[in-house]
Amino acid sequence: MTLAGTRVRILLFGYYRELAGSSELQVELPAGSRVDDLVAVIRSDPPFAELPSRPAVAVNRRYAPGSQVLSSDDEVALIPPMSGG
Amino acid sequence: MADSNALVGISTRPISATDLASAIGGRADGAVVTFEGRVRVQNEGCSVLRLHYESYDAMAEEVLREIVAEAMDRYAAGEIAVRHRSGTLEVGDVAVAIAASAPHRSAAFDSVRYVIEEIKVRLPIWKREEYEDGSSRWLDGAVPPGALAGKATPAAKADA
Repeated sequence: MTLAGTRVRILLFGYYRELAGSSELQVELPAGSRVDDLVAVIRSDPPFAELPSRPAVAVNRRYAPGSQVLSSDDEVALIPPMSGG
Repeated sequence: MADSNALVGISTRPISATDLASAIGGRADGAVVTFEGRVRVQNEGCSVLRLHYESYDAMAEEVLREIVAEAMDRYAAGEIAVRHRSGTLEVGDVAVAIAASAPHRSAAFDSVRYVIEEIKVRLPIWKREEYEDGSSRWLDGAVPPGALAGKATPAAKADA
């Protein structure tokens, strides 16, 4: 059995997209990583120093708790505070 | 989005509650209530010129369908239609349109109220306002309950 890492695609919107200067990121994580681990990796990148310590996250288009384990090919989105309506 | 005639969805083109109202309501429904949220000229003391909505379309459409299903279930509404704009809007343009039909008025009013309140806290859409003085900013908004990284949820505790 191989212990491959988890490669996730991260979508960015609004203010977060402007921080990154990009609407999408790819991040490689150790297998078994959780949403919280991903957020920690992203926040360590200088453009995201301003990111809240606990941003809302969606995995495969559903809001996800920090404890959710990520799988390769998951579609992850960082969700800034929303202002619809 | 793609289907400009869909009863539930995100639209890059103008929307109206009247259009939605005319598309819903069966013979058993004696009440139809509509709501339009429009771009207003003043927000938090600034003069708004126009605004831009950015949407996570795929998720937003799923969330809208989920909200509608919840309202139908809670209030036994007849039919509910809701569309939200994305893209650039001028003052006076309709940002969100909702119509609900039901046998009697209270279910129709309650359904519309539920849908707009849930949109405010759950719909992944972001608004950047442009002002008359040339400045612009992303609005502060709502954070969905139970969706914060690092926050223990009841489900997470049960797993631990």
